[in-house]
Amino acid sequence: MTRTDTTTGAPVGAAAAAQAVAAAGVDAYPRIVATLIRLTGDWALAEDCAQEALAVALERWPDDGVPANPGGWLLTVARNRAIDVLRRAAVERRKLHELAVLAPDDAWPETPAGEDVVDDRLRLIFTCCHPALAIEARVALTLRTVCGVPTADIARLLLVSESTMTRRLTRARTRITQAGIPYRVPSGPALAERLPGVLAVLYLLFTRGYSVDGEPAFADEAVRLARLLDRLMPEQSEVAALLALVLFQHSRRDARRDADGNLLSLERQDRRRWDRAAVADGLSALARVRHHGPYAWQARIAACHATAESVEATDWPAIARAYDALLGLRSSPVVALNRAVAHGYAYGPEAGLVLLDAARAGGGLDGHPVAVAVQADLVARQGDRPRAAALFRAAAAAVDSAAERRALLDRAADLAR
Amino acid sequence: MKFMMFVCTDTAPDTDPTELPDIHKWVAENDSRGRRLTGNVLAPTSAATMVRVRDGELLVSEGPFAETTEVIVGFDLIDCADLDEAIEVARTHPMAREGRLELRPFADLSA
Repeated sequence: MTRTDTTTGAPVGAAAAAQAVAAAGVDAYPRIVATLIRLTGDWALAEDCAQEALAVALERWPDDGVPANPGGWLLTVARNRAIDVLRRAAVERRKLHELAVLAPDDAWPETPAGEDVVDDRLRLIFTCCHPALAIEARVALTLRTVCGVPTADIARLLLVSESTMTRRLTRARTRITQAGIPYRVPSGPALAERLPGVLAVLYLLFTRGYSVDGEPAFADEAVRLARLLDRLMPEQSEVAALLALVLFQHSRRDARRDADGNLLSLERQDRRRWDRAAVADGLSALARVRHHGPYAWQARIAACHATAESVEATDWPAIARAYDALLGLRSSPVVALNRAVAHGYAYGPEAGLVLLDAARAGGGLDGHPVAVAVQADLVARQGDRPRAAALFRAAAAAVDSAAERRALLDRAADLAR
Repeated sequence: MKFMMFVCTDTAPDTDPTELPDIHKWVAENDSRGRRLTGNVLAPTSAATMVRVRDGELLVSEGPFAETTEVIVGFDLIDCADLDEAIEVARTHPMAREGRLELRPFADLSA
């Protein structure tokens, strides 16, 4: 093994060391992978070496202590591992020139000559989210390569076997090389074209975690990624908007379910359990948003909820106006449905039912149980309790998720009392 | 990086009424920048001939007459730095709107 710079302190024990490795890995993992990919062009090698560096740290930090610069330590170990692997391969294949890119033992080239200074992690994110990759591949590759989630965990989260996920990731990495997908952040007009695709992957990741039966780990990773992307691209207002949006939604994670795991609607949540720090972070991100893109409007809507003392005290007219604007940008049945809800709260159930009819007119909400639940809620507030209860039961019969079904049946039972 | 760009028809062409890009300008622009090495329009599939050898026997037949409504009607051989540049070349071809383009890189046989 090549020389490893190890400035370590006193023994800390296995538990503390594991914690330190996990903490350092969050920041260091994507940096190491991104840098090794830039230098070697070998995605699998980069990921393997980053993983091995974490494993070596787990082995050595309990006795040697946590190094003063944990990230730098991990980077050095990973790079040395990459050099070892390439050296062996070079001897076998007599292709020593590949080693040259990694050869300087003490100098870690930060950027290739003649290129703008771009964080390698940004290159990594844009490459993983390239539109020439299928959306499933983008999500899996981002989780594996940028977030460092083990393949077995991604497989479990995406409901496929580990061997299937391994094959899918291998195919995606091979495709990047074969199709000629560049390891680069697009510039100029191309950036504006590509950024929404990157944000869509992030938001998809978040909603996978936030959906009723979703895996919270997804949402955590998405929030972390959004923070990273916002740090890397502070001038991109739509990134700040997406960060604000996921922070506001994420702030409710502990209040969204009752003790039995049943989903609670906004008005039944204990707002004291909302994560105030996340809301504050969301508001400061939103304060930097100066434009009117789709995530900006969604973030403004989420901010109205996150800062309201109660459902009654919510600024519903502001939310209704934001949905009007959002529908103008992105015509979708679901946005139209939410707009009907907002108008129902702002201007009374009749106003909501009129817009609900309009939203349903296109047929895009046919068989959509949430539309039935919204109608049920509006009818309940009009005072027709038996009809509302019947509608809630109809919605419950049509949903796939057990938690959602319980929540809807609870509403029906409340109305029947 | 060399790409064979297959120019294909598509069942759902663009409905945007704005004028299509001029193919001659596209050829001139990409030829002068060294990004287009060659290219041509192909005769219809009714002119196609299929050749096979099976057990030493030469089999020649008409066709294949594609059953699909999407067929290759032309090709361009382009040389670009990477996929992103090739996509930029493809997007300005009129058939990106009237049909579709398939970018197929040459295989790297040295790997």
